[in-house]
Amino acid sequence: MRAAAAPTVSTRPLVGGPTLTRAAIVLGGGALLLGAVLVVAVAVGSVGVGLGDTAAILGRRLLGLPLAETWAPSAETIIFELRLPRVLTAMLVGGGLALAGTVFQALLRNPLADPYVIGTAAGASLGAVLGIVAPLLLPGLALGAGSAWLGLGIVQLLAFVGGLGTVLLVYAVARGNGGTPVVTLLLVGYAVSSILAAGIALLMFASGRALGAIFGWLMGSLSGASWGDLGFAAPLLAISFVLLLARWRRLNLLLLGDAQASHLGLEVEREKLALTMLATLATSAAVAISGTIGFVGLVVPHLLRLTIGPDHRLLLPSSLLYGAALLVLADLGARLAGGIPVGIITALIGAPFFIWLLRRSRAVRPMAVP
Amino acid sequence: MRAEPLSAVEGVSFGYPLAGGHRREVLRNCSLELQRGELVALVGTNGSGKTTLLRLLAGVLTPDAGVVRLGGRPLREWRRVELAQRVAVLPQQLDLPIGFRVAELVEMGRAPHARRLFGSTADDERAVARALADADALDLVDRFADELSGGERQRVLVAMALAQEPELLLMDEPTLHLDLAHQVGVLSTIRRLQAQRGMTVLAVLHDLNLAAAFAPRVAVLDRGGVVADGLPDDVLTPALVERVFGVTVDEARDAAGVRHLALRL
Repeated sequence: MRAAAAPTVSTRPLVGGPTLTRAAIVLGGGALLLGAVLVVAVAVGSVGVGLGDTAAILGRRLLGLPLAETWAPSAETIIFELRLPRVLTAMLVGGGLALAGTVFQALLRNPLADPYVIGTAAGASLGAVLGIVAPLLLPGLALGAGSAWLGLGIVQLLAFVGGLGTVLLVYAVARGNGGTPVVTLLLVGYAVSSILAAGIALLMFASGRALGAIFGWLMGSLSGASWGDLGFAAPLLAISFVLLLARWRRLNLLLLGDAQASHLGLEVEREKLALTMLATLATSAAVAISGTIGFVGLVVPHLLRLTIGPDHRLLLPSSLLYGAALLVLADLGARLAGGIPVGIITALIGAPFFIWLLRRSRAVRPMAVP
Repeated sequence: MRAEPLSAVEGVSFGYPLAGGHRREVLRNCSLELQRGELVALVGTNGSGKTTLLRLLAGVLTPDAGVVRLGGRPLREWRRVELAQRVAVLPQQLDLPIGFRVAELVEMGRAPHARRLFGSTADDERAVARALADADALDLVDRFADELSGGERQRVLVAMALAQEPELLLMDEPTLHLDLAHQVGVLSTIRRLQAQRGMTVLAVLHDLNLAAAFAPRVAVLDRGGVVADGLPDDVLTPALVERVFGVTVDEARDAAGVRHLALRL
């Protein structure tokens, strides 16, 4: 008789991972936080616009709400042409870096991995520095800030290509006949990054008056944000996010290790390459329009994993929302601090916070137990 | 004509690549057939190739020569996920990710059968509930991986493998690090489920007496090939143990006529 084999268990469904209510709270809360942070960050600046007016302007222009115009036309221009692109760029960059950090931490099964860990930062930086320096060294080349391709300046374009290209190179070098071991990937990433860093240093040495621009880019700054940059990076991030979210189950399986993931049906090597490239796409798109902003891609995934758990079904969308909100706040701080690069803020606040986190016993945990 | 075996290793050689283009050969012209519904224990010395043979059967390794088949079809023609729908592996060592509850870990066993992008189907839920009950792990569903004892952990791994609803279950030393009670517990559970579910089971075991008590068929692997294969009573003789393991043992028979081997130090 088979009847005895069907056990009756608790009324709570055994299967389903995070319940819908929990997901709704985490994601709904994130969306609300992001909306609130957006309005505040857009309202604050050298020309003050009230929160109510700001919300109304955004509501009318972005959502098409039929609201009466109670504000000066200049307020609308400031908000729409200056502040909104910057805040949206901060969202996109913060969300993209946190998303990529989440993926790299799972791929490498290491909670200290960040989006830059296998060479993206060095590659993107070399590209950007080349883009900044080339017009100065070769004035004949029509590569000035005015020239654009797909709405992008040469700096952004080279940074994007540099980031993506470097990871492809690192992957190709690290690939052995039996696969791509994590340790090899990390070591090759480190070696290639070092070579590229030497190139960056050489270019900086030769750059003369462009040094300030280079420093600003390397620290990570959102002061150059524009609708054009957004139009380039947003679709790339959207593609990356959708394809990564569709792979949430595979990311969870990789946490069991390559062998068991394979026993559970995963084409491990192919999947790792796909995940690496998708995460690098998000990283490169973010870095291209902002420079190398640190700590967001490390702290946000780590903190989220500690609070909501390691299930990527919830972790991926959460990292996008909370990473976005965090960088908007950090950039607000950077603006209030007299317009310093936002990378300084994320490092100044992010690093001590991270140390505090590591000092708490529960936080110092590997991602798996033997 | 004999029935077609569920799984067959035919004249397989396999070596791990070494530096300088050499290979460390582990299996040499090795053959083994598993009939549907069989329960087989695989024994042999350390380094005799037991784990390698398991990996070849699971399709994680590809033979250098010879062929491994499942249901008559060479493994290289199977898609990874199709294979995972039929073959489950209980590995010797598995790092369980922190932060997942046991129920979620066992649900991961459903991955090769996944139909929905975000949720699970009624089939999934039924299979997980049945796996948890069968592996005696229902009381563990809300626990986290880092809160499990060795015996509890093994029950969870068994449940994960059962959730896969495999035709073939490959187990690499399922009794490793377990005390006597848990060794007997895990093996008797496996044997009961093997009969109930009609699974084919191949288990690598180290304790020869345990292997003889557990399985009606024992295969002995030595120097890259199967050197003995059959009823435990025919296979596990003092002479074979001395030849394969290089250890002298005494034998005794209990009231039921079952042979027991005793080590001499």
